[in-house]
Amino acid sequence: MCLGIPGKVAKIYEQDGTPMASVDFGGVEQAVCIATTPEVALGQYVLVHAGFALNVLSDTEAEETLKILRDLQEFNARLTEEDQIQ
Amino acid sequence: MTQSELPIIDGPNCPLPITNRGQIVLGHGSGGQMTHDLVRDVFQLRLANAILDTANDAAIVTSAPPGKRLVVSTDAHIVSPLFFAGGDIGRLAVCGTVNDVAMLGADPRFLTATFILEEGFAIHELERIVDSFAQACREAGVELIAADTKVTEKGKSDKLFISTTGFGWADSKLQIGGEQAKPGDAVIISGPVGNHGIAVAEARGNLGFSSQVCSDTAPLNHMVKVLLDAGLDVHVLRDPTRGGLATTLVEIARQSQVNIELDEETIPVDQPVRKTCELLGLDPLYLANEGKMILILPADQAEEALRSMHSTRYGEEAKVIGQVLGSSRGQVWLKTPFGTTRVLEMLAGEMLPRIC
Amino acid sequence: MTEMPTNLRGAPLTKAIMAEIRRITTQPWNIMEICGGQTHAIMQYGLDQLLPAEITLIHGPGCPVCVTSLQAIEQGLQIASQPDVIFTTFGDMLRVPGNQADLFTARSQGADVRVVYSPLDSLKIAHTNPDKQVVFFAIGFETTAPTIASTILSAKKAGITNFSILPANVLVPPAMHAILSNPANRVQGFLAAGHVCAVMGYHEYLPIAEQYQIPIVVTGFEPVDLATGILMTIQQLEAGQHQVANAYPRFVTKEGNQVAQKMISEVFEPVDRQWRGIGAIPLSGLGLRPEYASFNALTRFELTQTPLNESPLCIAGKVLSGVAKPFDCLAFAGECTPAHPLGAPMVSSEGACAAYYRYHRTRE
Repeated sequence: MCLGIPGKVAKIYEQDGTPMASVDFGGVEQAVCIATTPEVALGQYVLVHAGFALNVLSDTEAEETLKILRDLQEFNARLTEEDQIQ
Repeated sequence: MTQSELPIIDGPNCPLPITNRGQIVLGHGSGGQMTHDLVRDVFQLRLANAILDTANDAAIVTSAPPGKRLVVSTDAHIVSPLFFAGGDIGRLAVCGTVNDVAMLGADPRFLTATFILEEGFAIHELERIVDSFAQACREAGVELIAADTKVTEKGKSDKLFISTTGFGWADSKLQIGGEQAKPGDAVIISGPVGNHGIAVAEARGNLGFSSQVCSDTAPLNHMVKVLLDAGLDVHVLRDPTRGGLATTLVEIARQSQVNIELDEETIPVDQPVRKTCELLGLDPLYLANEGKMILILPADQAEEALRSMHSTRYGEEAKVIGQVLGSSRGQVWLKTPFGTTRVLEMLAGEMLPRIC
Repeated sequence: MTEMPTNLRGAPLTKAIMAEIRRITTQPWNIMEICGGQTHAIMQYGLDQLLPAEITLIHGPGCPVCVTSLQAIEQGLQIASQPDVIFTTFGDMLRVPGNQADLFTARSQGADVRVVYSPLDSLKIAHTNPDKQVVFFAIGFETTAPTIASTILSAKKAGITNFSILPANVLVPPAMHAILSNPANRVQGFLAAGHVCAVMGYHEYLPIAEQYQIPIVVTGFEPVDLATGILMTIQQLEAGQHQVANAYPRFVTKEGNQVAQKMISEVFEPVDRQWRGIGAIPLSGLGLRPEYASFNALTRFELTQTPLNESPLCIAGKVLSGVAKPFDCLAFAGECTPAHPLGAPMVSSEGACAAYYRYHRTRE
C-alpha cells in the first residue's frame, strides 16, 4: 500500500515557501517535504512516503522497542548457550 | 552617391562558412571538409593507431593465430544522461562490448564504432566522451580500427548514440557459455551489484535523491584472462547488465536446464545502493551492472577462482553466492536469511520506482 | 537522541516470534493483511513459510494501483493523450492495463507521461512548464492523501493554475466494512496497515472491531514487525478477544498525525468510489471539496465516456476481497503474468497476484 522508510533529519530548510528537510537514509540523502510534520527537529527520525515526512519516530516507543529487542536477544542468547551446554 | 563614396571591392566577398562551431551542425555529417575536420580534431587526435591512421574505407587486420578462433560481439549504447557518476557513454560503449567478447573467454583486440550525433550536440561534450572512450580502450588493451560518424536532424536522435563491435581471439578448445552450467558448480559474482542502475537513476535527477553511488562501468577482460591463465575449468561467464543479476541467472538456468540456488545473505550490495532501493521500492538484484561478471565453475575450484579474482582491480570483492543444483526446471531460487525460499523471475518490464 | 532499532530484520528474533506463534496456535485462523506493502514484504522474506499450517494469510485490497478503477485509468489515458498535457504518476501505474492500453502505450503514441517520486515533483513540473497543463494521477490510500492535499495547498498558495489532479484516492475503513459484511467473508483477524495508521491513527478501527467482533492489530513492515502483528492477532483469536492493538508504536498513535489529517479534510471530502474488481463502496474515496474543485482534472478536460471491458478470466475482485487466492485463478501464470497482466493485482509488485508470481511459486 504504502512504502514508508525511516530516515534521520539532517537539515531543515525552506524552498519556495515549502518547509523541507534533507533526510539521511544510511548515507543516501533525499529532499523531503515536512509540511505535515512541522514540529520535527534535526536528528529526529521521520517516516517518509512519496517525498513527505508523515510522522516522527516516537522516542519513548522506540526506546521501549529497543529494550524489548535487547531482552529478547539476551533471552535467545541464553537459550543458545543452554543448548550448547546440553 | 558620388564616385568617391562607392565601396572598394577587391574581389569576391561571399561570407565564408563558420567552421569552428561549438556544436554539431548538419554540415558535420556532409562527408566534406567539416566531416574531415571533425574526424581529425575529435576522433583521430584521441584514438590514433597504425590501423586507424591508414584512413581507408576499411581496416585490414591479421587473422586469429593458430589454435584460436575469432569471437565477435556487437552492441548499441544509448544512455540518458550521457554522463553519470563513475562513467559516461564513451566508457560504457567500450566496456560493454569488450565484456561481451570477454564473456566467451576471448581476448578482445579490436573495436569498430559508429557515432550517431544529433544536430546541436555540444562538441566539447563529444570531446569529453571520446577522451573517455579512448581511455577505456587503453585500459582494456583494444584498438579502434574503423569508425563512422553520422549526424541526424535535431530531434531525430538523442544527442549521441554509439554502436560498437568487438573482435577478440579465444582458444579453440574453450567451451564457455550460458549452456555450460553443471550441477555441483559454484556461482560467483565479481563484486557488489546494482551500482550502475542507481548511478544512472541519480544522474537523471528526477527522483531527488543523492547517494554518492558510482557506476561500476569497467572492462573485465583482464580478470577473465587471469582466470583462464590459472587453468581453471570455467563453465559460464556472463555480465549481468540490463535486467540485473536475477534476470541473467534465470537466463543461464534456462539455457543450461539446471536450477540455481542463491544465498541472499552472501550477495554483495553496497549500503547506499541497498538504501536507495528501499527508498524507491527497487530491487538491487534487478538493477543493471556494467562492470560485474558471474562466474560458474566446479565448486572445488571456487576458492582458487576467488583468489585469482581478488588479485585483480575489478574483482576485489568477488564472492561465492550460490550453487548449481541437479534438476532441470531452469529456475533460480533465493534462500533468505529466514531459512525460507523464493523463486526469482526475469525482470518483467521496465523497473519502476514503487511508491505506494 | 533516540536511535532507530536496527535489528528489526533479524532472523533470530523473527524466528523466535514465529516459534511462539506455533506454540500458541491450536486451530485454523484466517488473517488478512490489508496492505499490499505487507503482502510484498511477507513474500519477499518468505514469512508465510514460517507460519504453522493452521494460519492462512489472506492478501487484502491495499494495493492502490490494483484497486484504481478501470474508469479512472481510461480517464487518465484520455487526459494524457491530449495535446499540451504532461501527465504525471507514480511508477507502478504506468503498466496498469485499461481496456486496451496502458500509460506506456500512451507514451509510445506521443503522450508526455512522466514518473514522479512525489506529488510535489509534479507541481514543480507545472511551475517550470507554464504553457502546459500538468496533471497528477492521485492514487493511494490515507498514507498518500496528505502528500496530495499538501501539494494542492502549495499550488493554491503559489497561484499555480496549470496543475490539477485526477482524483482516485481511496480509504481503508470502508473497504474493511465491505469485506466483513460479505457473506463469503473468511477473514477472522486483520493486520491494519501501519503507514495508513501513521497518518490516521487507529481510533477509526475501534467500532469495526466491536461491530464485527474481530481483532485488528496495527502492524509495521519489517519481518519482526509483521511477525509481532501476527502473534498479537493469534493471541487475541486464541483467547476469543476482539480488540484493536498496536504492534507498530514506533510510528503509530491512537490519534495519528493530526496536522496531516487536517490537510486531508481541508482539501478532500469522502465520496463514493468504484474499486476495480470489487465494485462501488459508499464513501470510500476522497473527492475534492468545492473550494478546491478548480484542481479537478475531470472538469478541466473534456472527456468522453468509454465502455469498460474487464478480462472475463480475471478474478481480481475475489482475490482482493480475500475470497480467492491467486492460485485459484485459471489465468494465473498462464495467460496472466507480470509481463502480460490481465488484471491489476498482477501489475503492481505489491499486488497479490504479482507477489505470488514472484515469490510464492516455491519449488515445484
